[in-house]
Amino acid sequence: KRWKVETNSRLDSVLLLSSMNLPGGELRRRSAEDELAMRDYLQEGDLISAEVQSVFSDGAISLHTRSLKYGKLGQGVLVQVSPSFVKRQKTHFHDLPCGASVILGNNGFIWIYPTPEQKDEETGSFTTNLEPVPLSDREVISRLRNCIVALVTQKLMLFDTSILYCYEASLPHQIKDILKPEVMEEIVMETRQRLLDLE
Amino acid sequence: EDLRVDGRGCEDYRCAEVETDVVSNTSGSARVKLGHTDILVGVKAEMGTPKLEKPDEGYLEFFVDCSANATPEFEGRGGEELGAEIASTLYRVFSSESSVDLKSLCINPREHCWVLYVDVLLLECGGNLFDAISIAVKAALFNTRIPKVRVLEDEEGSKEIELSDDPYDCIRLNVDDVPCIVTLSKIGYRHVVDATPQEEACSLASLLISVTSKGALTSMKKVGKGSLDPESIFEMMETGKRVGKSLHIALQKILDEEERLGTSRQKVGFLG
Repeated sequence: KRWKVETNSRLDSVLLLSSMNLPGGELRRRSAEDELAMRDYLQEGDLISAEVQSVFSDGAISLHTRSLKYGKLGQGVLVQVSPSFVKRQKTHFHDLPCGASVILGNNGFIWIYPTPEQKDEETGSFTTNLEPVPLSDREVISRLRNCIVALVTQKLMLFDTSILYCYEASLPHQIKDILKPEVMEEIVMETRQRLLDLE
Repeated sequence: EDLRVDGRGCEDYRCAEVETDVVSNTSGSARVKLGHTDILVGVKAEMGTPKLEKPDEGYLEFFVDCSANATPEFEGRGGEELGAEIASTLYRVFSSESSVDLKSLCINPREHCWVLYVDVLLLECGGNLFDAISIAVKAALFNTRIPKVRVLEDEEGSKEIELSDDPYDCIRLNVDDVPCIVTLSKIGYRHVVDATPQEEACSLASLLISVTSKGALTSMKKVGKGSLDPESIFEMMETGKRVGKSLHIALQKILDEEERLGTSRQKVGFLG
């Protein structure tokens, strides 16, 4: 069986059962029980991170979650931007030193989540941690979300360094003030300056 | 803990822009941008006959148009239901006697009065429509200039109405008591003011309260398919009154600032 996934592209993408990872790490067998058991792990409306396996001739994308780092996403914040703002890089998963991690999807979907304490490699990523996220982590995530929105509004490319510099530039301001046009311009100007100094 | 996704507290509004006198052929107009929500209100004053039950007062007529640009759901006739709901809410909010001084709109009792046609146009839907609409209506009414008229009596007794020639000779409305709507959306156990579209999707029930600048409640309406506990309704009302008062103060400051700049004000309008 196949699942339909929305990825901000022209056509909906397809996630085949055979391309999914079981918690435990074994490959799926194509049987009727597996198809029904899939409902235990994924429901309609869930967010997942996946990789593009192949592209069909009409432009539809086939996804797979064959590695343990992909799978269902737990608690975090989604920011939707235009895909042209995301810089194409080798890695999309970044752990920022400020305490949160970010996944920069090439399709424009950016996922910000608190950095997990230990790496639970055995469970894969199908068990969601529903414990309440502490306030300090939530503040970091809100600040990052506002910084990404500010960078996009001021037309600056998104990659791990630009997001980090913007975060540091925004620290003197309150989180909700970052959305004000004047503050946005100021922060992004500073970020742009630091990025130019890098080169 | 009072922290929303975009860093705001539960009682914080998004950045709002208010501009009046944007449409030149109306008696008064205002445009409000609250986050991604964009509302345009135009007020036209026309002569009409007073209603039978209130012969010495003028009245207001509201019409709401949801433009198809606002969201994809409004294409074709999708926006009519929402438009009718908003219009009926506005009628309810303005139905109280003290909001607008309707007696000042009367010219000849039982014969002539001013009718204010308030047209609301939804340009873009970005969450929290009712609050933005009520702010725009208040700003437009503040901006409305109704020409002064003189009633001349003929020898036969028939009355003639003469409009003054001077375009600056007009009466302004007193909008001190015009209420503003504050929407409180219930999410989980807390309630938030000025919900974004994502927050609106998470909230099952909301309370619309119209508050005057003095903090008095003029009307209340519950929307949504969820239920509200009576205690939480009481809390939401208190929050609404507090937030409403500060909203009125901020709005009045902006309107007075615009008024002070007068004709030297640079209008951004739609081309800026």
